[in-house]
Amino acid sequence: MPGNEQAPNYLQVGTTLRSWLTTHDHKKIGILYALAITFFFFLGGAAAALIRLELATPAGDLMTAKTYNKMFTFHGVVMVWFFLIPSIPATLGNFLLPLMIGARDVAFPRLNLLSWYLYIGGGLFTVACLLMGGVDTGWTFYTPFSTMFSNSHVILAVVGVFIVGFSSILTGLNFIVTVHTMRTRGMTWFRLPLFVWSMYGVSLVMMLATPVLAMTLVLIAVERLGGVGIFDPALGGDPVLFQHFFWFYSHPAVYIMILPAMGVVSEVITASVRRRIFGYRFMVYSILGIAVVGFTVWGHHMFVAGQSMYASIVFSILSFIIAVPSAIKVFNWTATLYKGDITFRAPMIYALGFVGLFMVGGLTGLFLAATALDVNLTDTYFVVAHFHYIMVGGAVMAYLGGVHFWWPKITGRMYPESWARFAAIVMFFGFNLTFFPQFLLGAEGMPRRYHEYPAKYELLNVLSSAGASLLALAYLLPLGYLLWSLARGGKAPDNPWDARGLEWETSSPPPPGNFLVQPEVEGGPYAYEEP
Amino acid sequence: MSYRAASVQEQFDDASQQREASMLGMWAFLATEVLFFGVLIAAYTLCRVRFPEAFAAGSRRTDVVLGTLETAVLLASSCTVALAVRDLQLGGRRAAMWLLVATAALGATFLCIHGFEYVTEYREGLIPILHYAQDGPEAIPMQLFFFLYYVTTLFHGLHVTIGVVLLLVMAWRTRRGDFRPRYHTPVELSALYWHLVDIVWIFVFPLMYLVGRA
Amino acid sequence: MSTLPQASTFAGRVDGMFYALLALSGVVVLGVFVAMIWFAVKYRHGTAANRKGNSHRDMGLELAWTLIPLLMFVGIFAWSVKLWIELRTPPADASTVYVVARQWMWKVQHPDGRREINTLHVPVGQPIRLVMISEDVIHSFYVPAFRIKQDVLPGRYTDQWFTATQPGTYDLFCAEFCGTDHSRMGGSVVVMNMADYQRWLRGESHDGLAAQGAALFRRFGCSGCHDPAAGVHAPDLDGLYGSTVPLADGTQVRADDRYIHDSIVLPLSQVAAGYPPVMPSYQGRIGEDDILALTAYIKSRGATQETPHAGQ
Repeated sequence: MPGNEQAPNYLQVGTTLRSWLTTHDHKKIGILYALAITFFFFLGGAAAALIRLELATPAGDLMTAKTYNKMFTFHGVVMVWFFLIPSIPATLGNFLLPLMIGARDVAFPRLNLLSWYLYIGGGLFTVACLLMGGVDTGWTFYTPFSTMFSNSHVILAVVGVFIVGFSSILTGLNFIVTVHTMRTRGMTWFRLPLFVWSMYGVSLVMMLATPVLAMTLVLIAVERLGGVGIFDPALGGDPVLFQHFFWFYSHPAVYIMILPAMGVVSEVITASVRRRIFGYRFMVYSILGIAVVGFTVWGHHMFVAGQSMYASIVFSILSFIIAVPSAIKVFNWTATLYKGDITFRAPMIYALGFVGLFMVGGLTGLFLAATALDVNLTDTYFVVAHFHYIMVGGAVMAYLGGVHFWWPKITGRMYPESWARFAAIVMFFGFNLTFFPQFLLGAEGMPRRYHEYPAKYELLNVLSSAGASLLALAYLLPLGYLLWSLARGGKAPDNPWDARGLEWETSSPPPPGNFLVQPEVEGGPYAYEEP
Repeated sequence: MSYRAASVQEQFDDASQQREASMLGMWAFLATEVLFFGVLIAAYTLCRVRFPEAFAAGSRRTDVVLGTLETAVLLASSCTVALAVRDLQLGGRRAAMWLLVATAALGATFLCIHGFEYVTEYREGLIPILHYAQDGPEAIPMQLFFFLYYVTTLFHGLHVTIGVVLLLVMAWRTRRGDFRPRYHTPVELSALYWHLVDIVWIFVFPLMYLVGRA
Repeated sequence: MSTLPQASTFAGRVDGMFYALLALSGVVVLGVFVAMIWFAVKYRHGTAANRKGNSHRDMGLELAWTLIPLLMFVGIFAWSVKLWIELRTPPADASTVYVVARQWMWKVQHPDGRREINTLHVPVGQPIRLVMISEDVIHSFYVPAFRIKQDVLPGRYTDQWFTATQPGTYDLFCAEFCGTDHSRMGGSVVVMNMADYQRWLRGESHDGLAAQGAALFRRFGCSGCHDPAAGVHAPDLDGLYGSTVPLADGTQVRADDRYIHDSIVLPLSQVAAGYPPVMPSYQGRIGEDDILALTAYIKSRGATQETPHAGQ
């Protein structure tokens, strides 16, 4: 098979719906995920918009309390499990991981497709749950409310999340095996791009934390159906045990969302600065450190939940310790800028936005890791603001930065640069206007998940709602101009950013087997010519 | 381009890479399985610390004779599946096939014995949700024991069932001549899975059956 | 926290720590932002800045920004733990008030028997320990002005304490999502001068909590077995509270609030040694507030010593 410019790319091979739905190509599966998570993002976003609309006034005048509770539950469930967790790993990760290590595909392509179907299957249950009236437990499903007291469709939601959990487990397993066994000749562990390392770290977490969630959800479902179970205080069971199991998964899940974002940002910053990443090995160790220590900090969600004073002290120090690798990463990104040759295209604006917002999110995490401060701040809007800075300011910004950065590679088209910069900047300001007031609300003592609130919190809530409308607009922009670029965007060269990395050495879009000639690697990543 | 055997899927360079990937994949899968059962065992441990007497009493109500028999059956099946893999490595086929069938049969035997246990327990009113008719000092917390006993053994039983089907498929493929000494990864993977099912039982058996009988 | 009153002995100290950490974070954010903006301007594409001689690793620098944050974190941690232990350790002279939560109200019982709903009256300067339990789902008792919060669990007592410093009326919120009217499950804490508080206490005549418990003790038929004159062989309750009870399984347990609660609700899980396991469960038949009254009554029949912790 001699290579030539006329070889068809992966988008030209098999264009029927049937061939897309039965594809084993990791690139097409990545795109299938991208379509699905975009749908869920706007679904969850619509719920968020209604929440902010309701909270624009202190009285519960837009919807009933029950509807409001279902709204924020739905927003949480959809955004966490159907958008954030699969966002970067399942779309960009699926598309890029084999390309970046010089492989033809992931190790188990059929399993990869199965993961997508599981994801869709779980999604259907969740949408069905919504159509049948929704669920009002909060995305955390705390017992005994979820098992004994809620009158909503807990089982449907739990089944949806259970199924999507398997999608996550299988994706993690697939990536781990792919990174271990499919690296091309010369691609040693310490020549891997940081994005691949972050995928590796995140896969470990997905694989080892998700089973705990899945089993816990089974216990919830059985207990709800049968009325007997280990979380039931009437039998001597322990509702707090559920929280331990739940956070054993759900805290590492935060790292499932943020580690890939860190990987994307490392790629974007190096390409925009035209420098090697500062402190590559420290970056790798901090990814692994976060992935491992992330399993030991779950109890910081439970300082006031009735766990023992001493357990809280241990979880507190571990939570401080896990902030160290995050700090290392922020400092190393900043140091990478030093003596660089920096261009500010849209992906870089997203990446710098990420660094700033992630830093605010991380530092406010220290307030919550400090037990004495957490007592006051936990379960208030301070927490809401904190995790939105990490998940929306962090993960979503990085996801969009990555989508723009690799858009030419994925679609073969250039996106409109000025529109993209404009959207990124509007998004940054919209985001801060939405969520910064929530830090103040939390510090003033407003509890979260409140349908109505005292009038003294009105001003900050109005600001937040105003910011949300700006943010909503900013999220619609990329949807518009990226779709436009599919038809009208300029044709993308193979390496529009003159970036390093194997994914840029193949054509845009890549051929079905990724490379016409299997690449060989002779040096470390980010080998930019520096003066 | 190098020679690519028909059994090598297109994403792999060669058979050894494919084998390495399959084995690593299986081990990774088994790690997730350990965590699935880990939740149940953690829940068991914590509940037992709260109600040691009720858990001992519940444990005494299980049928230790049948439990021991089940353990023996599963251990024997682990042995037969290992022999099947060995036979394939040495180029055998007929014996391997019959050993795989025997393993599946032992697995089915395990399920039958366990089903028999469930029926007895139903008659005695020991099944929470379906039929729980106990009273006495430990009756309420003992429900927690039986709740966990059923969730755990049913989840394990599900694994055994999947294993039996898997082994029968492997026996059929062996008979068809799919495997050679150089390529029999699917059988090896099924055997690994079956060993896990066995090992999990080795933990479940003392926790559920032996605790109250020390 | 600018408009949030500081109305307990903790408030000022928690805020002090909050602002210290805020200042520290501000310095870090400012430092990184200034560096980022400076680099971004100086080394933007097209400038003539000197770009020679940059390195990609610097062990000294890496260790510095690993170890300095780590040490700072340990410092904050130590500060926080000191305050945390105080927050979790009620002083011996604290007076106990009982709180029962249910969807969607707070029921408060004072030791002298006075009951309130969605309001808690406390005097200034007196340490108050709240012993709390829920009748249904998990709630959380949160008074922002005091900077205290603690989840309230079904089936198990939890506690927290505070000393109010400023007379006034403060918000009480439920901070753990508990169902439809979660956001309406609030109320107020009224802090009064001692004199006003005494007047408030006298405002209404009522039986003490122990006296209410005594009435319940007869009403629910407890006295049928547990009265010394009863013919049934049941444990004697005089002097029980705070004593060590040998159990049928050979272990021992201290007869605290939790033991008494569990003995009423799940009597057969902890059977006192030497007694037949015949007591029926009162699960769902006696409410949590009545259990608190019964506990007070049992306590009034002689307590071996005050128990410092109920829940933990």
